[in-house]
Amino acid sequence: MRLPILFFRLYLLALFAFVFAPIVTSTVFSFNSDRFPTMPLGHFTTQWYQTAFARPEVWEAFRNSMTVALSAATLSTALGFATAYTDFRFGFRFKSAYLALALLPPTIPLVIMGLAMLAWLGQLGLSGSITGIIIAHTVMAAPFAMAICRMRLQQMDASLEAAAWNLGASPWRAMRVVVVPFCLPAIISAFCLTAAVSFDEFIVAWFVSGLNRTVPVMILEILQGNVDPQINAIGTVVFITSITLVVAAQLLLLGRTAR
Amino acid sequence: MARIPSIYPHVWRAPLLIWQGLFFVGPLILMVAMSFWLVRNYRMEPDFVLANWERMLTRDYFWSAYQVTFLRASLAAALASLFAFPASYALAFKVSATARRWAIFFLIVPFFTSYLVRVYAWQVLLAESGPVNAVIGFAGMGPFTMLNSGFGAMVGYLTLVMPLVVILQTFSLAAIDRNLIEAAWNLGASPRRTLVRVIVPAARVGLILGAVFAFILSFGDFVSPFYLGGSKPPTLSILIIDTTKSGQQWPRAAVVAVMMILTLFTVAFAAVGAAYRRKA
Repeated sequence: MRLPILFFRLYLLALFAFVFAPIVTSTVFSFNSDRFPTMPLGHFTTQWYQTAFARPEVWEAFRNSMTVALSAATLSTALGFATAYTDFRFGFRFKSAYLALALLPPTIPLVIMGLAMLAWLGQLGLSGSITGIIIAHTVMAAPFAMAICRMRLQQMDASLEAAAWNLGASPWRAMRVVVVPFCLPAIISAFCLTAAVSFDEFIVAWFVSGLNRTVPVMILEILQGNVDPQINAIGTVVFITSITLVVAAQLLLLGRTAR
Repeated sequence: MARIPSIYPHVWRAPLLIWQGLFFVGPLILMVAMSFWLVRNYRMEPDFVLANWERMLTRDYFWSAYQVTFLRASLAAALASLFAFPASYALAFKVSATARRWAIFFLIVPFFTSYLVRVYAWQVLLAESGPVNAVIGFAGMGPFTMLNSGFGAMVGYLTLVMPLVVILQTFSLAAIDRNLIEAAWNLGASPRRTLVRVIVPAARVGLILGAVFAFILSFGDFVSPFYLGGSKPPTLSILIIDTTKSGQQWPRAAVVAVMMILTLFTVAFAAVGAAYRRKA
């Protein structure tokens, strides 16, 4: 069963082709003149971008998405960092339950989160609001921020902070001048990744958004109608945005761990 | 540590408890409670009745949706594990550490990239006159109807879970002590025997975790069965959305949701138990 190296090369190629095919397809067809996805392709055009971005509701959706992503990323990064630091620095009773609470949200199906959030935010009088989406996205994105910050803290010599204390710094000051600067790349990385998570999330946003659509919720609603190449155009912009964020998040981490 | 003022640890520990308590545990508890509420004149009233449970759990459509969802998620987990394994094996043993890092880098990117748009792209790719059928046409076959079928849904599930499964498998395979493998060879084990008796058991945790995450993600997914599977037969997530969005029957949707969570917990605990069980 010793397989030639060529087999593995081709297999990896096929796997990456499968994973990236949708992204490439969307981009290619966003510049294709035919309305329906037929082969061979028509000619090059930017008309789908023009029609899509001539619509005020598309801009509105992008504005909503930006607001939600930036707010949710800020909140979930702060939350994730505080939690990661707690895990790194302190021992206490029920710590494993605490960590389970911190890491559990991504395992709950989004449809269920959507339903639960819809009911809960309704009780709080927040249904249909942008605030509601921000709250929900913060819950779902915080575990990713926590994981990134925790990995970075793992690389920090625990005695660094203790040294600052012994030199007379208060714990607050030690946090400000030692821990936060050390974790800064991870904090920015977590911000980018959580922004991407929020920017792409659509099921919970769809449940709770009401009239305040974000970009993927708008795509979801267009999809329920007909085949529409405008989705490829909007989708390509979405791809570029989230790929940029995720690549940035990873490069920030890689650059530092290599040291 | 004695000099630390007592408020300091709480400032770091409390935010998560408050936030997740208010906006994660709270909603889930409300949802469980809601499954016992009454709907009267299109309005929910807090109550404690078993009517919703009885209504859902005695209906055939609930159980057929349950069966479809469970079987599809199991199949997706099995196929993803199987298809991922040669790639993970190659990444763990056949390429340099640098190449492995970059491969994982490029697998993380799509995992966090607009699943919805990627599913839409599959609608384009798998269409009757789309690119995939064009390629099959060159071989003198087809065109095949691939959308609105179990096949379409499965392509969607694999799109969702494949990167994660490969990443988890690769990490566990790459972490195997190479001495173990060399020892097996030196003792005369064939490559096949080494794979089955040494490599797979040693990487068991990652292999099982990959399959479990594939199951969890596919079990709860709504987009693939809806847009690529044609929502017939409906899965549990489609049932939740239909019940919530059209019927105002949130309590019944909550019953479905609670059943899903119970199933996922059972599967996850069983699998993690199997992963970390000491060898008999």
